[in-house]
Amino acid sequence: MGLIQIGRKHEKDGDLGVMTLSLEKAVNWARKGSLWPMTFGLACCAIEMIAAVSSRYDIDRFGAGVFRGSPRQSDVMIVAGTVCRRMAPVIRKIYDQMPEPKYVISMGSCATSGNIYDSYPVVQGVDRFVPVDIYVPGCPPTPEALMDGILKLQDQIMQKRVFTKQPDQVKPKSTLA
Amino acid sequence: MHHLAEAIQQRFPEGFLSAKEWRGDLAVILKREALHDVCLFLRDDSAMAFDYFVHVSSVDWPDEEERFEVVYEVYSIRHRHRIRIKTRVPEHDCVVDTLTDIWRGAEFMEREVFDMMGIRFANHPDLRRILMPDDYTEGYPLRKDFPLQGKGWRDTFEFLKEGSA
Repeated sequence: MGLIQIGRKHEKDGDLGVMTLSLEKAVNWARKGSLWPMTFGLACCAIEMIAAVSSRYDIDRFGAGVFRGSPRQSDVMIVAGTVCRRMAPVIRKIYDQMPEPKYVISMGSCATSGNIYDSYPVVQGVDRFVPVDIYVPGCPPTPEALMDGILKLQDQIMQKRVFTKQPDQVKPKSTLA
Repeated sequence: MHHLAEAIQQRFPEGFLSAKEWRGDLAVILKREALHDVCLFLRDDSAMAFDYFVHVSSVDWPDEEERFEVVYEVYSIRHRHRIRIKTRVPEHDCVVDTLTDIWRGAEFMEREVFDMMGIRFANHPDLRRILMPDDYTEGYPLRKDFPLQGKGWRDTFEFLKEGSA
């Protein structure tokens, strides 16, 4: 994969900095540093998500603080809250409208599994209709937990293949319209 | 008895069933035939002047003859008093007169009661489901005999296959 070294080689002697890295790493590095989230607060988890963006926690430090109002400008969808059956087609549509590469963070127990809401309108987990990259546990998760999820997602992005197919893309894909 | 309840009883002796007061909250139980006339009186009489329609809710008593109870709460901003009106309907004929023509704010709340409990409101201008989709056919979710996990509607979405992500 090649060496990654970003930044100046010698800080103090005034030499020109040297960077050697594979293009794949550079692309991944750029992607992980600008994870723009889709605003998708559905319930109380959204409050913690807002706290994570605000000044005390400030996930903008990881490039993930630019919340977009449009799926066409966003890279990661943070599904924060209980997903009702009537909301499911909306989430699916917004996910489909996001440009590749796109990632999904399922924030909180409700989005992950339905939590205690084993009742008639609640979908038992958002991963039943969109592919989820990171599950953040908690009810609701603390801003630290969401930050940890974003950092884990950044680690995952650094492992991705850019110019060759992903291992899971080689398999025949399901015929979901 | 509370003076508001007394005034209602004097004016509508047939429709009035009983009144309860608990910690300052007055609840008046009416026959459903009298409901609309009493509410018109509550709004228009100057001593009553109930002008703010707070809420409609409904209660299911599955073991009782008149199974459903519709509960209205109204408030008078001018006199600062409030009243709770209750009326009962049996399951085979669960129809109540709408109050939308008296208080316009009743429209959506009565739709919610219809959606969740299946109580119909006669002369309602737009009695459709409001929370559940229009084509929802499993019944009325807040009735006590409705299964908590529903009848399968929540799983009727086009889901991903296992391991396809």
